[in-house]
Amino acid sequence: MRPSIQLLSAELIGRILREAFELLMSPGVRVGSAVVELLRSAGVEVGVAASDGVARIPESLVRQCLASAPRDFYLYNRQGEKAVHYGGDDVHFDPGSCCVQMLDPDTLEARPSETRDLVRIVQVTETLPQFAAQSTAVVCNDAPSAIGDLYRLLVVLQHSDKPVVTGSFSAAGLQGMIDLLAADSGSPDKLRQQPRAVFDVCPSPPLNWSEFGSHNLLDLARAGVPAEIVAMPLAGGTAPVTLAGSVTQHAAEVLAGIALHQLAGPGSPVVWGGAPAIFDMRTGGAPMGAVETAMLNMACAEVGKHLGLPTHGYLVATDSKFVDAQAGAESGRSAMLGALAGINMISGAGMLESLACFSVEKLVIDAEWIASAQRLARGIEVRGEEVRGDDVRRESLATAMFAQTGLSGEFLKLKETRALFRLEQYLPSPVIDRSARGSEPPSDVSTRARTLVDELVSKYQKPPLPEDVLRKFQAIVDRDADRAGVATALPRN
Amino acid sequence: MLDQLFRAMRQSIIDGAPDMATELAQQALANGVDPLEAVNQGFAVGIAFAGDQFGCGEMFLPDLLMSAEAMKAAIKILEPEMLKRGSRREALGKIVLGTARGDIHDIGKNLVATILSASGFQIFDLGTSVTPEQFVAKAKEVDADIVGVSALLTTTMAGQKAVIEALDRNGLRPRVKAIIGGAAVTSKWAAEIGADGFSRNAIDALELAKNLMGKGTALA
Repeated sequence: MRPSIQLLSAELIGRILREAFELLMSPGVRVGSAVVELLRSAGVEVGVAASDGVARIPESLVRQCLASAPRDFYLYNRQGEKAVHYGGDDVHFDPGSCCVQMLDPDTLEARPSETRDLVRIVQVTETLPQFAAQSTAVVCNDAPSAIGDLYRLLVVLQHSDKPVVTGSFSAAGLQGMIDLLAADSGSPDKLRQQPRAVFDVCPSPPLNWSEFGSHNLLDLARAGVPAEIVAMPLAGGTAPVTLAGSVTQHAAEVLAGIALHQLAGPGSPVVWGGAPAIFDMRTGGAPMGAVETAMLNMACAEVGKHLGLPTHGYLVATDSKFVDAQAGAESGRSAMLGALAGINMISGAGMLESLACFSVEKLVIDAEWIASAQRLARGIEVRGEEVRGDDVRRESLATAMFAQTGLSGEFLKLKETRALFRLEQYLPSPVIDRSARGSEPPSDVSTRARTLVDELVSKYQKPPLPEDVLRKFQAIVDRDADRAGVATALPRN
Repeated sequence: MLDQLFRAMRQSIIDGAPDMATELAQQALANGVDPLEAVNQGFAVGIAFAGDQFGCGEMFLPDLLMSAEAMKAAIKILEPEMLKRGSRREALGKIVLGTARGDIHDIGKNLVATILSASGFQIFDLGTSVTPEQFVAKAKEVDADIVGVSALLTTTMAGQKAVIEALDRNGLRPRVKAIIGGAAVTSKWAAEIGADGFSRNAIDALELAKNLMGKGTALA
C-alpha cells in the first residue's frame, strides 16, 4: 500500500467545488481582452469594463471543459523517452523558479543571479536523479531583460536532456520559447506529440486572468504545449483567511483557467497547479515554509485529483535567508507532505527567502529530503521476488531469513541482505552525516553541500547538441532580440 | 472628564473600532472639544501606539488596518470642524503612491497608503500599473514631497528605476524624495537605482517618510 495523506473529506471537496462554481458566476472572473470573443462565442456573458471585463462562467461550460482536459500526459526528455508522468499519484520534483538572486556560498550574501548561476543549477539538477525535470530557475541578470525568458530556457536546453518546467514573462515572449522547444524537438508537431516542457501560467488573485495570463493560456492551448495553471491565493491577503476558503478561491481560479484553455484548444494538456500560501500577518509576505502553506498545497491538489486532473504544487522552499536549520526543517517536511499528497510535480527546491533567492547548496540538501520523501511514499513493501535462488521462500517476511541464521544474528551475511538493502534503504549522499566522530573535526551540512556541488559539477557532462539545432536556436534568439531591439549573444559555456 | 474622553478615543483606535471612534468624535464636537486637541491627544496617540505594538510583534496587520480605519472614521467627523476653525491638522507631507508599471499587486501599497494617511500624511494614490509619466505629472500637480513606488514582481522592479529616472529628468529631485517597497526590494536595489529609501512594511514606511520629511536626508 502506498502511504498517503488526505486533508479533505469527500463532502468538503463537494462544498469547495460548489462554492467555486458559485464564485465563477458571482462575483465572476476578470479576464483579458484576448479571451473575450472566445468566451462570448461559447455563450459566456462578459461585461465591458474599461480595461478587463468580468466573465460569468457557468458550471455547465466548465464541466464540459473539464471533460475535454486530459487526465494525464507525459513530458519527454531529449532522447524522446517518457520522463515525467503527470497523472495519478506519481510524484516528481523540480527546482523552484524564478529567482533574481543567488546566495553566494562564500559571502553568504544574496547577489543578482547570472548565467553562470543558472548553468550551475542546471548542471547539478542534471546529475541528481531526485529531479525528474529542470526548471528555468533564475533570471540571468547579465542577459538582456527584454528576452530574459527566452534566454533562460535556451540556457537550460543547451545544458540539459531533462524535461523543463518553465514560463514566459510576457505574451510576446511565449512564442519565441515555443519556437525554441519546437527546434529542439524537431518540429512543432513533434513538440505537440512529445512535449519536453510545461509552462507555468498564473492568474492574479483574486479571480483575475490578466491580459498576459489569458493570452498565454490561449497560445499554449493552440500550440498543444502543456500549461500548468499556478494559482496563488494568499490566505488572508488576497484570498479568504481560512484555508478552506482559499482552497475554494484556488479552485475557482484554476477552473476558470481550464475553461479558457480548453475552449481555445480542447484536449490540450493542462495541470491543476498552484503556489498557494498563507499571508503573514506580521510581514505581509507569503511564507512558503509555513505548515499551513503546505496544507494549502496539499488540499488544492486533492481537489484537482478529485476532478481527475494532473496536479502541481509549490513546496520544498523556505523563508530562511540561509541554508540553516529553518531551511532544512521547512523544506524537508513539505517535501514529505507533498509526496504523501501524491502531487505530480512539486516545484520549489533550492529556494530561500520566500522564493526571492536561490542556493545551489540548498538544492543538493533538498535532494536528500526529496529522496527521503520518495522513499516514504513507496511505503513498506513485501519482498522476495528480487532474490533469485532456490532456497528463498518468496512469501516470507522474516521466517525464511531466520531459517538461515537461527539465533546467530548474522543477517549481514545473508544474500537477501545484499540483494535487498538498496531497495529497502535510501542511501544518502555525503551531504547527510551519519558517521561516528573521528579524528577529523566534524563539518556542517552547508560545508558538505558545497563540496558535493563541486563534485557534481565536475562529473557533469554537457549533452551534445546537433549543429543544425544550435543554428536554429541562434536564429530564434537573433529574431527575438532584434524585435526587442537588444543586442544578441548566445550564452557560452 | 476630558481625560477620560481622550483615553476612550485612544482605545477606540487601538481596538480598531471605527463605530466607536465615530461616536467619540461626534461626542467631542457636541461638547465643544477642540477637534485638533481630540486628534492630537486622543486618536493620534492611539494610532502611534498601534504602530509601536505592530513594530514589536504584539499587533498584526489586520489589527493595524482596523486601527487605521478607525482613525480615518474619526478624522472624517472632525475634519469639517477643523476646517471651520481654521485649525486644520497640518499634513506631515504629501505623498504620491502607486505600483510600478505592469504590476497589479497592490496589497502592500494599500497598507502603506492606509497607515501613512492615518498617521497624518496626505496620500495621492494612483493605483496599480502606474507609468513614470503619471507619477511625474501627479507629483508636479500636487507639489508632492515624496513619491512611493511599489513592485512585487522581480520583473516589474525595473519600473521603480524608471520612475526615479523620470523624476530626475523632470528636475523634481532632490526636492521630491523617491521611496520604494515590495517583496523582492532590497536596500541594495534601492541604492543601485538611487532611491531615497526603501521599507519592508507599512510601519517602516511611516518611519521612513517621517525621517525624510524631518531631515530630508537620504536613508538608502
